[in-house]
Amino acid sequence: MTASNTVRPRRRRGKADSRPGGIGRTPFAYFWLTLLALFAGLPLLVLLSNSLKTAIELGENPLGLPKGFDWQNFADAWNQGGLGQGLLNSLIVVLGTVIGTWICAGLASYALSRLDLPFKRALGNYLFVIISLPVQLFLVPLFFLWSRVGLINTLPGLIIIYIAIQTPFATLLLRTFMVGIPRELDEAARIDGANEWQIATQVILPLAQPGFLTVGLVVGLASYNELLFAVTFISTPSTLPISTAFLQFSQGESQQFGLVNAAGVIMLVPVVILFLFLQRRFISGLASSGLKG
Amino acid sequence: MAPALIVNLIVIGGPGISSFYYAFTNWNGITTPQFTGLDNFFRLVNDPDFWNAIGHNAIYMVIFMTVPLVMGLAGAFMLSRIRRGASFFRVIFFIPYLTASVVNALIWKNLLDPTYGLAAELDKIGIHWLDNVYFFGDSHLSLYSVAFVDNWHFWGFLVVLFLAAMQGVDASRYEAARLDGANAWQEFWHICLPGIRPTLTFAFMIISLWSLLGFDYPYVLTDGGPGGSSNLVALLVNQTAFEGLQAGYAAFIALMMSLLGAIFLIVFAIIRRNEDETT
Repeated sequence: MTASNTVRPRRRRGKADSRPGGIGRTPFAYFWLTLLALFAGLPLLVLLSNSLKTAIELGENPLGLPKGFDWQNFADAWNQGGLGQGLLNSLIVVLGTVIGTWICAGLASYALSRLDLPFKRALGNYLFVIISLPVQLFLVPLFFLWSRVGLINTLPGLIIIYIAIQTPFATLLLRTFMVGIPRELDEAARIDGANEWQIATQVILPLAQPGFLTVGLVVGLASYNELLFAVTFISTPSTLPISTAFLQFSQGESQQFGLVNAAGVIMLVPVVILFLFLQRRFISGLASSGLKG
Repeated sequence: MAPALIVNLIVIGGPGISSFYYAFTNWNGITTPQFTGLDNFFRLVNDPDFWNAIGHNAIYMVIFMTVPLVMGLAGAFMLSRIRRGASFFRVIFFIPYLTASVVNALIWKNLLDPTYGLAAELDKIGIHWLDNVYFFGDSHLSLYSVAFVDNWHFWGFLVVLFLAAMQGVDASRYEAARLDGANAWQEFWHICLPGIRPTLTFAFMIISLWSLLGFDYPYVLTDGGPGGSSNLVALLVNQTAFEGLQAGYAAFIALMMSLLGAIFLIVFAIIRRNEDETT
């Protein structure tokens, strides 16, 4: 059972039943919603429109619409900011983290929902506590451990940390998916002679796919946007992920808003496109994750 | 289960437990740590930087338990009552939550910049109030400016969270209230809010935890400055450990953070248990 699965039918019913009385009040609601939408959306539009202005135009017309489409900022930002390298590094980090989390959390959630494990309850509680604890609790020793074993300034080092941080949440989410899959299915497979591994990969895995997709989106987004570990553990320019590459660029060119805004747009485009395609899953996934943002 | 546990133990479990030891040493990260007993505790009690930062965390928490909460509740309640465009508004509200903190910070640095932002635009129509206001450079304003930007990014998440909960409230209760002549405010106060109470508790819980952990926005916008005026505890840990190379003391600060976080969790666990009994 997923959040989206349970919410959808209810909302349909709610739409039909609960609103007739509210028609007269909706203009009021639309007015305030529009104000809130402007508050949320206008700053993003300023980012976009300023990225198309030259430095001179920006001085004359700081917040208005640009005169034309001047793509020079994008070319300059791309060349000067090391954004290509940053995006590539982030792609590696995101893919590594998502796949690693799928493996770790997939196996763990299967064990928690299907196998006779000792200390099952304790393990579930442990995961919940880990999710809520400040990362600072292990940040400092981890940093010096990583520098001793040479994982500092490397992408695998960062990926391992992200997997460890994301796995507890992903395990609990996937467990709720797997608990919803009827046990009769694995029993039927077992009678047909399937072993534990075949049940896990051929019966449960395909049915839990929406769960894996949600986990992938949430974990991928988190590792793309992550700042604290990226800034602490990576300092060599060639291994900076996009978030810190962008940060360095924007701090180095602090008054060149046109240029830096173009870099910002470049960083946002992949996320916004993905979001517009997979809105519902993003929203239900993030709402259920209580992800640090 | 095994791979998850191994990764977990290497990254979180091991270092997490060793934190308890390092917290009571004078470790600098490189040499062998020496056990110093309660020295770090007494140092913390007398450390003005720590009290400064933790005070800011408290202000952060108060701000976040009010402003985005009200905006989130209002936004979600109005969204639940309209027919057309609800998903459009929801998407707009939610996008700032998805965009990276580093980019969001840049957007507001630009908007609040005295020469390239709102101030310059207002100058054109003859309003000069903002000419010499440095939102992130003035020690009286920096903390609030940072909280404002963080809030701009965060409140849409609460809208989505509350909206999902409100759609689960039994529609017949609204019908009944309407038959009794309730107005929109009464419906909100007497039906909607009690209906989403578990989610409300959850929101308070994550807000209190996250305001303890706040790092991204102060780090990017002000780096805790000017003069520590927007420093939060999470930044202090990083500064102490990696700039001051006082890993032992930083571990102790982090331990205190975790202790506070644990207290919040226990308090909310008790509140939730009571809720389960009453409902």
